[in-house]
This record gives sequence, C-alpha cells and structure tokens, in this order.
Amino acid sequence: MAGVSLKSVNKKYGTVEAIHSIDLEVNDGEFLVLVGPSGCGKSTLLRMIAGLEEITDGTISIEDRVVNDVPASQRNLSMVFQSYALYPHMSVRKNLAFGLSNMKMPKPEIERRVADAARILQIGELMERKPRQLSGGQKQRVAIGRAIVREPQLFLFDEPLSNLDAELRVQMRVELAGLYNRLGTTMIYVTHDQVEAMTMATRIAVLSNGHLEQLGTPFELYNFPQNRFVASFIGSPKMNMLEAEAKGGAVELADFGSLPLGDGVSDGSLAVGVRPSQFLVGDEGDVHASGKITLVEYLGSEMFIHVQLASGRVMMVQAPGHSVYKLGDEIRLGISRRAAHYFDSAGLRVPLFDKQDS
Amino acid sequence: MVETTLHNPDAISTAEEARAIRLTRARRRSRNNIFRHIFLIICSLIMIYPLLWMVSASLKPDNEIFGTLWLWPSEFQWNNYVEGWDALVVSFSRFYMNSIIITVLSVIGNVISCSFAAYAFARLEFNGRNIWFSLMMMTLMLPYHIVLIPQYLLFLQLGWIDTYLPLVVPKFLATDAFFIFLMVQFFRQLPRELDEAAMMDGCSPFKIYWAIIMPLSIPAMATAAIFSFIWTWQDFLGPLIYLNDVKDYTVPLALRMFLSQDSVSLYGEMFAMSVLSIVPIFLFFVIFQRLIVQGIAMSGLK
Ligand SMILES: Nc1ncnc2c1ncn2[C@@H]1O[C@H](COP(=O)(O)OP(=O)(O)OP(=O)(O)O)[C@@H](O)[C@H]1O
Ligand SMILES: [Mg+2]
Repeated sequence: MAGVSLKSVNKKYGTVEAIHSIDLEVNDGEFLVLVGPSGCGKSTLLRMIAGLEEITDGTISIEDRVVNDVPASQRNLSMVFQSYALYPHMSVRKNLAFGLSNMKMPKPEIERRVADAARILQIGELMERKPRQLSGGQKQRVAIGRAIVREPQLFLFDEPLSNLDAELRVQMRVELAGLYNRLGTTMIYVTHDQVEAMTMATRIAVLSNGHLEQLGTPFELYNFPQNRFVASFIGSPKMNMLEAEAKGGAVELADFGSLPLGDGVSDGSLAVGVRPSQFLVGDEGDVHASGKITLVEYLGSEMFIHVQLASGRVMMVQAPGHSVYKLGDEIRLGISRRAAHYFDSAGLRVPLFDKQDS
Repeated sequence: MVETTLHNPDAISTAEEARAIRLTRARRRSRNNIFRHIFLIICSLIMIYPLLWMVSASLKPDNEIFGTLWLWPSEFQWNNYVEGWDALVVSFSRFYMNSIIITVLSVIGNVISCSFAAYAFARLEFNGRNIWFSLMMMTLMLPYHIVLIPQYLLFLQLGWIDTYLPLVVPKFLATDAFFIFLMVQFFRQLPRELDEAAMMDGCSPFKIYWAIIMPLSIPAMATAAIFSFIWTWQDFLGPLIYLNDVKDYTVPLALRMFLSQDSVSLYGEMFAMSVLSIVPIFLFFVIFQRLIVQGIAMSGLK
C-alpha cells in the first residue's frame, strides 16, 4: 500500500496542454476515482502515474519516492486497461504468470500467486484457455487477475468496466468493491460513469479540461459542489440552474419571485442550483412557481417530470414512482432556500447554508 | 380482415408478379453463372497452359517437344528426370544444396532483420523516424538494375565476388523495403495497449518484440518468408553476376547451362529439371500459407 502524491503535474502534447498543473494527494489505502467528461485528461493523468506517459513538469511520488524517472515496471503498481490488453497468444495461466516470470520470481512463488488470483477471481476453470475463448466478463477478471498477482502497492484502472454490458457492469462493480475491501490496496480508478464513481470511491477527483475541479468524498461532491461544473456534473439528472440577480440580501428569481437569503450574500449575479430531487411539490418551500408538465419519464421507483414555467424555462423534477402526474397537468413547485446551491458570477460556490446542513 | 387480404385479387396478382420476377431473376442468374464459369475456366486454362506444357515437355521424347501443341506425350520418358539430374558437369544435388543454403539464409535474414526494422518504425520513438521511413519507402521505387553496378563495385572492393556473401549478407541488413513496409503495417494494427501491458510486466523493448509482437505477427512473417523464398529461389541475375564457379551455381543458373551447351538433345532433361525446380517453392508455399491462416486464427485479434 502506498500513497501517491502529485505536485504541479503538467502535461503538454506539443503546444496543447492536456493537464494543467494538478496537485493531488492520494492517501494510503484509498479508493480514488477520477471522473470527468471525455477528453478531460483522466487517462493521461493515470498513464502518467503508471509511467506510460512522460510528465512535462512537476513531480509524482509514490510512497514518498519520486518516480518521475522510474520506468513503469519498477513503480510497483499494476494497471488494468480498458481493452483488457490480454496477450492473445498466451493461455490465461501464462497471461497471469508472464510479468512474474519476467521478474525472475521462483516458480513455486509464481504458482502460488497465480493460484491465489484464480481463487479470488473464480477463474480456476479458465486457466488453460486463450483470451479469445473467454467472454467479456471473464476477460475482465483475467485482466484484474494479471494486476493482482503482482501484489502491487497501487492499482490503476482505466475505465475497466466500460466494455461490459449493463448487468455485468453492476456485478463487476460489486466484485471490484469486494476486492478492494479484501486487499485494502490503494486504487486509482478512472471512469466517466457517475454511479461507479459514487458507489466505489473513498474520494472522487473531478477533472475538466485538464484542471482538477474538486476533490472530495462522494457525499461532499454531491452536497457541497465547489463550483458550477461539479454541481452539474455530479448527480443525475443534472441540477437545475436558475440564473438570477442578488440584491440587498435577497435573490430575484424569474417565475419564483424573491428569495431572501440573509446578510451573507453580496449584490451581483448569482446562480441558484436546485437538484431535481430537491424541488418541493405543492405549498412547501420558501418560494413557488407554477408550470405545465411537458414530459413524464417513468422509471419505476421514481419519475422525472419536465415542468415548463411561465417564462418558458424547463425544470426537471423528481417525484416518487407512485405519483400520478400526467402530461399537460399544472404543477406547483417550491424551493427551500436551505436545500438550494448558490454560485457567484465566477461559478464558485457561495456557502450560504452549508454550516447548518453539515 | 385476414379473409379480405387473402382474397384480395390485387394481392394475388402482386404475389404472382413477384414470383415471376423472382423466377426470371433466378434464371438470369444461373445463366450468368454458367457464362462466368466458362470464362474463368478458359482464363485459367490459358494461365496454366505453359506449366502443363513444361510438365508434358519434360516427359516427351525430344523430337516431340516443339513439334506439336498436343500435351500428351506419345511415350513417357521418365528417364529425362534421371539423366537430367547428372547431365551437367556438376550434379543437381550440388545445385540444390547451393540454392537451399542461399535461400534459407536469405529467408531467415529477411524475416529477422526486416521485422526488427519494422518494429523500430512501428513502435519505437527516435529522431527523424518519418524521414527515415520515407527514405526507405523511396528505395522501393529504385529498379534493381540501377543499383546493380554500384553494388557490384562495392562487393568487388570487399573481395566478396565468387562467394555467397553478396547474395546473403544484405538480407541480414533489412535491405528489402517491401517486407519492412508489410510488417510495419501489420505491427501498427496490433493494439498499443499490449505493448504497454508488457512494459508494465517488465519487458524491455526487445522482449516486447520477442514475446508479444513477433508471436502475434506470424501471418506477416509467413507472408514475408514466402515471398522471400520465391524471389531468392528463382533469382537469376544476382547469382549470375556474383558467382563464377560452376560448383557454386544455383538451380536457375544450372538450368541455363543446358542451353549454353552445343547439343540440342538435352531439352527433355532441361524441362525435367525445370519441373523439379518448382517443387521446393510449391512445398514452401503450402507449408507457410497454413501458418498465415493459423496465425490469424490464433491471435484472435478483431
Ligand atoms: N498522444 C496524444 N497526442 C496528442 N494529444 C493527446 C494524446 N493523448 C491524449 N491527447 C489529448 O489529451 C486530452 C486528454 O486525453 P485523455 O485520453 O486523457 O482523455 P480522457 O479524459 O481519458 O477521455 P476519455 O473519457 O474519452 O477516455 C485530449 O484532449 C486528447 O486529445
Ligand atoms: Mg480515457
């Protein structure tokens, strides 16, 4: 096990800056998830930690050892690739043992580790098969097996589940979480799937355009997003954003009217974010607006209602699955000021009611 | 509802029309097929005729060889093969030995050296990689005859004339751009993540080549080996220029010796030896093309 520490790490491809000076501390034994939209630099960051990509500037240390110039194989870490990258011409057993025999490890030790991995991942019957004779989920297991036989102090995963179908993905997610609990090794995991991120992570790092937007526990990210990007990226469906103007301790919302916020708020533009689940239906809440239902998405346990307000803006509202909303119905929405999120003109969080909440 | 559609006269006539169209189409297709087959069979007969002619000539009595276009010999002269083998000053055993030495060394040299070069171009980073690659590709456009004289002078300086060195050593120096290009294309379609996984597994670049890239490139290697074998085996110009001693001659040079002799009566023997000279190519091809197919199936790469 080992912590990883990135200090002003920077990556340029030619003149294009893919990673802008990122500082990141990964604690020993932590499950850190890197999320962000496509092309934001998650893979690049992970590959730099792995040693597959040179860093342009900064330092990366693993367990207090600066590894900038240490080759990938000597960083004592394992990586699981999105495409699995199993060696097609080797049996599963050889795939698992290949790295160990390269390290000149004694045969009995190799056999013990391979057998251990096979037991943990339940791939015992597959050992003599070639990768092409495996299903996607089995390949995934072998890829993970190849990572764990090395008994590394750090695991890196680059979207390991994205090639699996939905059901298998859920199953492998649970298995990975179980593996983590069992091994307790530090893991850095790249995904763009929010559910994976929220369910597995000890902490999540949200990246956007090569910047680290926020680092925190899933709870912190969901409840106290530090900026508008994180607010709309975490949580599904997206948070509703109401652009407004703050004046004299209150914010003037279109449709909803004036929402008093107290002294903490300075004048100027202010965005009010309300998650679909935070809308109140009926007379509860501090301000209200009425609208017409333009679409109902029924998911079973819950439903998402698109509500068009008088100004034409559409709000997404979450309601319990047993509700009886229909297309065209009038509905009255309420916002509670304590449940909303506030962002200033620079897009940063204004921590108005955070203390009482936490 | 069902009733009405079934008994709808329009529907019936459309169905009949459709069947009629299908029938004419099928008829036309089978007629086309017959024509196509006849055409192809004629073409392949034209293609294969010289080969058949050679085989039949090798079995005919000498007076029949050029006299008639008819392929079937009046009398099978199996003796041509026996006599042809020892008809020249040196036995064909020797010529085959020479050809095999040169060809096997060339094939090994080409496959190893060209795949090294290809691996470097496909996977390693070095200064001026693209420039070197285009320079190499340009050598493809140079006809052999242009470099012939400078090359001869070079080997003369080295004192390699009358040895196999000029024929074999260049093959170990990745001089054949065609094979390099072939392999570069093949290596490029192998996923890079395989290299990276191997790198994490502690492989040096050479080990990646040896343990991952090469086993997965058997189809490309086999293709290069086949072409290399054929081209070296049937090379006439190279041995003609660099070899002077009859004892060093390769099979194509030896065949030529049948003609340079004054007696005309050795045609049958010459054709018999010509037929035999194709056999190694044929065998090599049969064995190695199986590797291509196996290799593609084995790698299981999509
Ligand atoms: N070898 C490269 N050369 C030039 N630019 C690159 C290279 N690799 C990545 N990039 C750029 O760096 C940025 C980050 O890429 P990266 O692969 O890290 O994205 P990502 O967050 O993993 O995206 P995805 O979710 O689609 O995998 C992208 O804009 C990409 O175009
Ligand atoms: Mg990626």
